[in-house]
Amino acid sequence: MIYLDNAGTTKVSSSVKKAMLPYLDEIYGNASSLHNAGQIAKEHLEKARDDVAKCLNALKDEIFFTSGGTESDNWAIESACKIGEIQNKKHIITSAFEHHAILNKLKEKEKQGFKVTYLPVYENGIVKASDLENAITENTCLITIMMANNEIGTIQPIKELATISQKHNIIFHTDAVQAVGHIPVDVKDLGINMLSVSGHKFHGPKGVGVLYCKKGTPLFPLINGGAQEKNKRAGTENIMGAVGLSVALKNAVEEMEKVNSKEQKLRDKLFYSLSKIPHSKINGDKKNRLANNFNMSFEGIEGESLLLLLNEKGICASSGSACTSGSLDPSHVLLSIGLIHEVAHGSLRITLSKYNTLKEINYVIKTVPEIVSYLREISPVWDELEKGERKHAI
Amino acid sequence: MLYSEKVMDHFLHPRNVGKMENPDAVGEVGNAKCGDIMRMYLKVDNGVITDVKFITFGCGSAIATSSIATEMIKGKKIDEALELSNQAVVEALGGLPSHKIHCSVLAEEAVKAAVKDYYERNNISYNKAKYCSNDCPCVHEFDNKPQN
Repeated sequence: MIYLDNAGTTKVSSSVKKAMLPYLDEIYGNASSLHNAGQIAKEHLEKARDDVAKCLNALKDEIFFTSGGTESDNWAIESACKIGEIQNKKHIITSAFEHHAILNKLKEKEKQGFKVTYLPVYENGIVKASDLENAITENTCLITIMMANNEIGTIQPIKELATISQKHNIIFHTDAVQAVGHIPVDVKDLGINMLSVSGHKFHGPKGVGVLYCKKGTPLFPLINGGAQEKNKRAGTENIMGAVGLSVALKNAVEEMEKVNSKEQKLRDKLFYSLSKIPHSKINGDKKNRLANNFNMSFEGIEGESLLLLLNEKGICASSGSACTSGSLDPSHVLLSIGLIHEVAHGSLRITLSKYNTLKEINYVIKTVPEIVSYLREISPVWDELEKGERKHAI
Repeated sequence: MLYSEKVMDHFLHPRNVGKMENPDAVGEVGNAKCGDIMRMYLKVDNGVITDVKFITFGCGSAIATSSIATEMIKGKKIDEALELSNQAVVEALGGLPSHKIHCSVLAEEAVKAAVKDYYERNNISYNKAKYCSNDCPCVHEFDNKPQN
């Protein structure tokens, strides 16, 4: 099996797995307990917190462990909205192509009386600082813009955006689930208030994430209960997960340059070779994107059948077609960068990891064009395009 | 797995797939915007469907439903082909996920559209009310509903 869906999730690396195992039966204490078993567990948890803080250039007290990226995103929004409500400021700014963990939470906030501005992301998939500046009102309580997009990998100018946010004294949150462990992230240098992390996007375990919240930025709990996480996030700590995440992040930061350079070479080879398929298009900015992200559309075909046929050939990939998104519309990300529905349906996302090899990529380069041309052969849309009865969009 | 063995079989090895030279009737339904288009070609001899071909733009179940629908109408009288229902297509495939039911509706409509084309080419009168408009809402309203 050739696994090329690493923006979906990654394999837990063997060193992370090894680091996690003792927490099942050796260091199993509850970190809130007074006895030795509990206190030893607590030391391990705090060591993990410290390691994560160092990787992000944050303070240890600014790191809160959560159940994952979705909880971190929901928490950041709920907390900032609570402050907004207190100050009677009920306006939020975000981008049009955020992850659903942000978009669907904001939909709920809209029902509760908040106004949300969705900044455009243009054909290159990058937010413009001037649009943010223009969208800010005296009622803006939160700006939340992702660091790197999960489908097309485009990297947003977070430092520039956060500087504008600071100038207006507005809380700035970034969903950095796809970025952390893949590009350098220094929370102090970026000047942000909050940031979301997910463990399983960089060879850590699922079910654990981080919310970074800058000292001085008020943080209201999302989950109530015990006094864990300095009274901010109740629930017995997932020490095994926290340690797994911290080890995975340390590894990712250490190997980042080497891994990125390997992934980029393979990714660029994919772009170069698969761009030779006629009427195909690279989605999102070619340069300003994660090194492991490949996203292209092929006209006249539909993404789900492409994925199923790739799967038959042992290749695991992803698409933004409606059939794979589980709704009638194709991916909101692809529509937000101006793709028409027909072209968005025929998209293919390949996201690499450090484990992928040149041999695998060569196999993909051989296989994808064969499948695309087969699907075009049996496609009435392609037939109409070829006969000139329908106009080529790409 | 998302699909039954039968659906995967028809998706991976579609029957009667391809274009047809000089067909006696052609029907096309669906919308590229929604992500599914089916085109069905018929050869008709003495009121009997002697050959069927299809080409489909769409997901795995769209290709599978087109494929099995061609098998189900081949050799039938043209009027009998009109009796093909989307439920029959779903049953023949051993079921479809609830959000894919619209593919079976499209297959039924593709057959109907081809038969309609045959009637029109041969000046045979038919009941126009029997045909849906083939737009997305019309087809997708069948999704996620319990099927009898």
